[in-house]
Amino acid sequence: MAEVMRSETLNISNNTSSLASPELLHVLAVDDSIVDRKFIERLLRVSSCKVTVVDSATRALQYLGLDGDNNSVGFEDLKINLIMTDYSMPGMTGYELLKKIKESSAFREIPVVIMSSENILPRIDRCLEEGAEDFLLKPVKLADVKRLRDSLLKAEERVFKNIMHKRELEANDIFSQLKRAKI
Amino acid sequence: MNTVVAKLQRQFQDYLVSLYQQGFLDNQFTELRKLQDEGTPDFVAEVVSLFFDDCSKLINSMSRSLERPENVDFKQVDSGVHQLKGSSSSVGARRVKNVCISFKECCDVQNREGCLRCLQQVDYEYKMLKTKLQDLFNLEQQIVQAGGAIPQVNIN
Repeated sequence: MAEVMRSETLNISNNTSSLASPELLHVLAVDDSIVDRKFIERLLRVSSCKVTVVDSATRALQYLGLDGDNNSVGFEDLKINLIMTDYSMPGMTGYELLKKIKESSAFREIPVVIMSSENILPRIDRCLEEGAEDFLLKPVKLADVKRLRDSLLKAEERVFKNIMHKRELEANDIFSQLKRAKI
Repeated sequence: MNTVVAKLQRQFQDYLVSLYQQGFLDNQFTELRKLQDEGTPDFVAEVVSLFFDDCSKLINSMSRSLERPENVDFKQVDSGVHQLKGSSSSVGARRVKNVCISFKECCDVQNREGCLRCLQQVDYEYKMLKTKLQDLFNLEQQIVQAGGAIPQVNIN
């Protein structure tokens, strides 16, 4: 007697994409300068990104639910695809924010880009060592954002392709099992 | 009607080019203009307005820090200069940015007199730029009201 394969045992997830919506990257931008916030927000919108802008690292952590307050409700739905933060900020710096994000299990996979008006090599090295995706010199250019966006979308595409490939393998495996069970 | 628009457009173009040639603006201002479109016709005006407010605020606080010769908070002044340099760089305010470079040097060696001179200069430069850009935006307004389009100006 053949076993009936139930769909639950196949364990194939339908959530193939972490994008906020098709083709739309959700970027969290952090900068203490009001001029730079206005600028980066426009830059990102022109590049077809969904943007959330905050004025400090502390606020960024609050937004992500990493500020230690007991409120993880709703953060499962928070889909951030990229964090762009200024380096020099009063209070917590962009570097410290980067570390906190990389320490968090929920958000460590999110690419973090550091922006700075100063081209200081040890600073750049330190950030990259801590896991920063990229280091951009201010003022940030439209070309920089485009490059980031393209590379993130490519990464998403790779993840999607891997998932589809995995599904294919699983489907083939099930098919073989069914054949052996002579259904 | 067409010649009025053409004349205004020419005026606008010449004026904008002159601002670059005289060193008031650099390439970053061009980048700002690229981000503006029909849907956001006030973008550049809004950003520079925020910049000028920032200038005013920072200059005031640095002035207070430099006030008493025996008790200058150079750290605060340095922080102010850093912020001013950053925002002037972001909007393409070239002359303001250049004064900030000298300003930082005076700060580094704790030269109060030098700082005061730079403070005065940065105040002058941002106000001068504010006037110039106001004239530029007025020309833009006139073009739009006459039914024309704002020219894309190529600065080389």
